[in-house]
Amino acid sequence: MQLEKFSYDNKIVRNFLFATALWGLIGFLVGLICAIEMFWPQMTNGVSFLSFGRLRPLHTNAVIFAFVGNAIFAGVYHSLQRLVKARMYSDTLSKIHFWGWQLIIVAAAITLPLGISTGKEYAELEWPIDISIALVWVIFGWNMLGTIIKRRVKHLYVAIWFYIASWATVAVLHIVNSVELPVSFFKSYSMYAGVQDALVQWWYGHNAVAFFLTTPFLGLMYYYVPKAADRPVFSYRLSIIHFWALIFIYIWAGPHHLLYTALPDWAQSLGTVFSIMLIAPSWGGMLNGLLTLRGAWDKVRDDAVLKFMVVAVTAYGMATFEGPMLSLKSLNAMTHYTDWVVGHVHLGALGWNGCMTFAILYFIIPRIFQTKLYSQKLANWHFWLATASILFYAVPMYWAGIVQNQMWREFNADGTLTNQNFLDTVTQIIPMYATRAIGGTIFIVGVLLMFFNLYKTVKSGKLLANEEAEAYPLAKANVKHEKEHWHRWIERRPIQMLLLSVVVILIGGAIEMIPTFLVKSNIPSITSVKPYTPLELEGRDLYIREGCYNCHSQMIRPFRWETERYGEYSKAGEFVYDHPFQWGSKRTGPDLAREGVKTGRLYKPNDWHFNHLLVPDSVSDGSIMPRYPWLLNKLDSKLLEKKITAMRKMGVPYPEGYESKAIGDMNLQAKEVAKPLYDNIDGLMISDETYDKIAAGEMKLEETEMVAIIAYLQRLGTDIYPKAKK
Amino acid sequence: MSVLFLLIIISLSVAAFFVGCYYWAIKTDQFEDDYTPSVRILFDDEIVGNKKSFSTIRPDESSILISDQLTKKPRE
Repeated sequence: MQLEKFSYDNKIVRNFLFATALWGLIGFLVGLICAIEMFWPQMTNGVSFLSFGRLRPLHTNAVIFAFVGNAIFAGVYHSLQRLVKARMYSDTLSKIHFWGWQLIIVAAAITLPLGISTGKEYAELEWPIDISIALVWVIFGWNMLGTIIKRRVKHLYVAIWFYIASWATVAVLHIVNSVELPVSFFKSYSMYAGVQDALVQWWYGHNAVAFFLTTPFLGLMYYYVPKAADRPVFSYRLSIIHFWALIFIYIWAGPHHLLYTALPDWAQSLGTVFSIMLIAPSWGGMLNGLLTLRGAWDKVRDDAVLKFMVVAVTAYGMATFEGPMLSLKSLNAMTHYTDWVVGHVHLGALGWNGCMTFAILYFIIPRIFQTKLYSQKLANWHFWLATASILFYAVPMYWAGIVQNQMWREFNADGTLTNQNFLDTVTQIIPMYATRAIGGTIFIVGVLLMFFNLYKTVKSGKLLANEEAEAYPLAKANVKHEKEHWHRWIERRPIQMLLLSVVVILIGGAIEMIPTFLVKSNIPSITSVKPYTPLELEGRDLYIREGCYNCHSQMIRPFRWETERYGEYSKAGEFVYDHPFQWGSKRTGPDLAREGVKTGRLYKPNDWHFNHLLVPDSVSDGSIMPRYPWLLNKLDSKLLEKKITAMRKMGVPYPEGYESKAIGDMNLQAKEVAKPLYDNIDGLMISDETYDKIAAGEMKLEETEMVAIIAYLQRLGTDIYPKAKK
Repeated sequence: MSVLFLLIIISLSVAAFFVGCYYWAIKTDQFEDDYTPSVRILFDDEIVGNKKSFSTIRPDESSILISDQLTKKPRE
């Protein structure tokens, strides 16, 4: 066998590392703005693209797909080449992957603040970006699997298994959850509706946490922790068990995001059972990571890289214990919709993903730049700041979650709610919001130290773009026989065969299933539930554009302390025309599922909504809701006909030809909604200028976006109640 | 709730894919040696020219060499 000489591509690793750091900082800063808006909502008053509902999706997408995404790619491209002793399959594919992913991030950073959103959490990007993600993801897989196939080491180290599983599963999740019907280049509707959309979304959302934030990072852990400690992993056998156990269990746990909702009970219980089972492999993996450092704890004392890894793995352990606990119905009843969940995800995000990424940055950059880290001391400072910030972040959030939930469910002796006004439960926890922002600031200060440290390191060294390496090729295991059966040829190509079969299964399944369930399942099970009127549909799209679902749920759980506050609990049949569903996952503001019910506790007249949307604190003192002055803009209903047609295609029973009548109906209803506003024009919180314009007839309230969104809010939850006679 | 069936089928196909991977891994002796790989990854960085090292040993003799180095016994 001839020793082969080749080189590792370090340039692509550097590119991904730099992108990780840059997008990370931007994502963290956006997060900090969001955190400050929670106790100082006026900070970005009146600037539409800086309002919380639009920035929060930007924050989540940036930290998940830009920061963590680029970190995954950097780690995979660096470790995979060394693990299989081969250069990446194709430099061109590497470049397309890198630049494609960065373009997607830029597209996200532009569209999300503009309110171009599908309204599904962690999957807000519109369909052209979704398609680009799928394509770039395929390129990544092609490059990675190509490298694995031409490897020079027969054994696939456990990290590689984690990479393959992450790639394959994320591809499936992304495609299934992103099945959308485009209305225009910037607008689409989820093909799934209501409770089904919710289930698909959280199947995706949970597995995005599993296969984007967890399994790739476990692969990185199994490579970089042993490398940094210069010790083999505690138990290689355990790492293999960790892998197989995790991937078979993880995918079934999604429904734990929908406990006590209108999702069928058995699906909820299934999610809980699998969530509890997850403790075993997760903790096995955490212990395996920590015990790798046995006999090397003296190194941890000095080496910031190892310190970051210890905190990261510990955070992984804590978050994966907390997750299953939050999946228990009794605890979930208490924590769901509260800030506890926000604290939980940030323990994972800042601790596990953040600290592991920092460790990898500090580990790889000096090596590929052939130098030493500029300052261990600064890196240690960064470590302590990051660790302290996690506590400053998580503890107030847990506290806020418990306090708020206890206030929600508190009853007086006479059976009435103690905190009738939802806002009282919000103002109570504002100090915790402020403390959280301090935690976030400390985290960012640490990141700035890292920037300086890494900049100095890079300046003092020189990139080794192509690192020489040598290894023997793999012995050819299969010798071709003459006249063999065709199937033998496939059998020798297990990876290709598996990929091919999974693609075939998926395509087959999709073609067979999607049309059936789309048509059949949209038959409403509650006859009084009707499609939205054109005006309400437009209003709903504004609700999605402004990201109202980031702070308001539309799902009342069957607890007395919820039905007493909000009204009748939500039924699955009420959401059959909701493309996409808007149940939400957090109540920074009250639930809106019964907002429009006239006899309900939350009912407010149109002019109240008008003032509330313009200047929330004018009608509810101390409100932390942003102001929405731009809702006085004229409603753009150019797409209305197409929207109606699209909805009908998805099984919403608008009569044939209704799209041509829709505009007329919309204008009629707008006049009706605007009438109480005109009646109380002196009570509206509008500027003198606007008042004059309305008086002069230059501006018509019935043409504003405001009227559409009010119409939608007043429709919410009303269908199951008998209609009042006109 | 027919979407449940879609998700179950897709989740099962993903699981089937992994079962296939697992089967392939067993068949190709991926898990025969559950110790050496964890050590091998630690020795891959420098080129040593003609000197024998972990990056230049032939794959078929790798496990012998590694266990030699770990136990520090002379080769027979």
